[in-house]
Amino acid sequence: MYYVGIDIGSTASKVSVFDDQELIFNIVMPTGWNSVDTSNKIKEELDKNKIDLENAKVVATGYGRISVPYADKTITEITCHGKGAYYLAGKDMMTVVDIGGQDTKIINIENGRVTNFLMNDKCAAGTGRFLELMANTLGVTLEEMSYMALKGEDLNITSMCTVFAESEVISLIGSGAKREDIARGVINSIIGRITTLLNKQGIRGDVYLTGGLCELASFIQLLSEKIDRKVNTSSLARYAGSIGGALLAKNI
Amino acid sequence: MGDYRELWSNLGMDLDKHDILCEALPEAFGSIYLTQENRPENMNYFNYALAEVHGARIEEINEAKANGKKVVGTFCVFVPDEVILAAGAVGVGLCSGSQFWIEDGEKVLPRNLCPLIKAFVGAKVSRTCPYFQSSDMIVGETTCDGKKKAYEIVEEYMPVHVMELPQMKREKNYEQWKDEIKLFISRMEELTGNKVTVENLKKAIDLVNRKRRALKRLYDLRKNTPSPISGLDALLVTQVAFLDDIERFIENTNALCDELEERVKNLEPTGKKRIMITGTPMAVPNWKLHSIVEGLDAEIVVEETCTGTRYFEGEVSTEGDTIDDLLKNLADRYMNINCACFTPNNDRTEDIIKYAEEYNVDGVIYYNLSFCHTYAIEYKKVENALAEKSIPLLNIETDYSEEDSGQIKTRVEAFLEMIGSGEKLHTVS
Ligand code: SF4
Ligand code: SF4
Repeated sequence: MYYVGIDIGSTASKVSVFDDQELIFNIVMPTGWNSVDTSNKIKEELDKNKIDLENAKVVATGYGRISVPYADKTITEITCHGKGAYYLAGKDMMTVVDIGGQDTKIINIENGRVTNFLMNDKCAAGTGRFLELMANTLGVTLEEMSYMALKGEDLNITSMCTVFAESEVISLIGSGAKREDIARGVINSIIGRITTLLNKQGIRGDVYLTGGLCELASFIQLLSEKIDRKVNTSSLARYAGSIGGALLAKNI
Repeated sequence: MGDYRELWSNLGMDLDKHDILCEALPEAFGSIYLTQENRPENMNYFNYALAEVHGARIEEINEAKANGKKVVGTFCVFVPDEVILAAGAVGVGLCSGSQFWIEDGEKVLPRNLCPLIKAFVGAKVSRTCPYFQSSDMIVGETTCDGKKKAYEIVEEYMPVHVMELPQMKREKNYEQWKDEIKLFISRMEELTGNKVTVENLKKAIDLVNRKRRALKRLYDLRKNTPSPISGLDALLVTQVAFLDDIERFIENTNALCDELEERVKNLEPTGKKRIMITGTPMAVPNWKLHSIVEGLDAEIVVEETCTGTRYFEGEVSTEGDTIDDLLKNLADRYMNINCACFTPNNDRTEDIIKYAEEYNVDGVIYYNLSFCHTYAIEYKKVENALAEKSIPLLNIETDYSEEDSGQIKTRVEAFLEMIGSGEKLHTVS
């Protein structure tokens, strides 16, 4: 039997597959415009990897979870991220920070169960999308921007709103500010938002970062400095949602 | 619905605009309400009342007007219906629960204001609410700052009487409210030309008490697991209560309760999570949160809101032989409403905890209309108190637009999954 977790996020879709023993592989692909197309593509990928859906339990999660017609069950990304992070970190008490393309979630978990959560999904400020847009404006990749930030001095980006922040960055470039400083300002602004959410929700146990930013070492470093705590993560943390989904598929 | 165009036009309504509203409402009602399975027979009356909300009921109110009665519109459960009735007038609780009116409201009001206020001002400004158009006077109150100031704008369009609601509950505040009710009586006497007497006031108190009792009976039935009636249906009953003829409302609500009493004898467990809503009012046709929650594996079993328990809990005593005695009874009952406009307001938290037990709820959803500061600030107190009792709580801040429905659904779904995961829960603050 195979257990498949499919996490259709706003920017990226992730797939994780377990057999009866262990995690056997993960796939990530852009979500694109249409989550139904994406879920078809995922099905092709599963075929290629010889995963027969007849012999599999599928849980779909993420904002496109209802667009996976072959899923046996849909579960929200909050429950799945909690489960996935627990699998990856194995800590009894943890606070998961998930920075997604469109929202940021803080999830308190205890022994793999969600005990409380907070979601910021009203606007793009404080999300992965914000960082991506700012990197674009600076003409660099996300990795480059986060690396540049380490070498920069803090510079205050005052606008919370993505649209205004973008024009602010453009005028900073125009006025000759150092790009490293701007990068630092951009990263600090998102870290500020995340810290506010974390403080509001309360940090219990280890902080664990999931989502697409989990491999941005310099971002993680700056976040730990700001909250004055170690930020744990792993290269698999971007799959936390799909891993959690696959694990929950075992209960179906 | 019959043809009421002439009536509407006589009321000075903007017919073209009103048509748009009339088209949207049945559609929303149909998809949210009529798709529910296994509804009680006796909900038919309330379906009818809603379908005719701009029709038959308006006709009826205007017939009363033609016979010399005055119509008075209210916006808050602090305004004593008893006085309106004793003065021989018709009282209507104005709805303002639709996104439709927001745009017009924003023409004259700042955008960052509670949607309820924007909607009621928008309804007046755009001349699309037949209740507003039928009203001879509006009764406002100094509850929150937004409403208090908005009445000044409404006053440019029609007569308004504002009652000064105290902000604290000390002895002298009870006295103040009693005085305000007295002033309200004079204003009503002036408007109607009728005298408020011990006799007619007692009669009115009795009538409104009977309405409260009918609603209480309905809510008590919801304490069964599973509830014999959906939260959506119960909400509709309460919403209709604000607009309907009182005697007829009582009769139909009691008929509904008779049916539900039979139902509870053979209900099968459904496993649905039992949810309490607490917070700001849900005026017609605001069914947004209820339809999201009940679209999932959950049922709403109680609303600690002004379109819920705060509307009917506590009766007014009819003891006493003078107007002054009755005024005191009225003040005592009304000052016991636990609205976040008061400071402190700890009794509301206690109510929530009490209801959580009585209605055997699995979780509480705090419903906060955007920009309602008093309720938003009070959240923290409620959060801490519920955490202490290990009662799961979810905060939803929203307005009337549908934009965020998907996100709210995800949160509620996650909340239900969290409750469902079984283990002892506690919230962190
Ligand atoms: S919430 Fe307060 S101000 Fe609003 S209707 Fe209820 S009692 Fe009145
Ligand atoms: S919901 Fe809050 S802001 Fe809106 S009218 Fe009532 S008390 Fe005022």
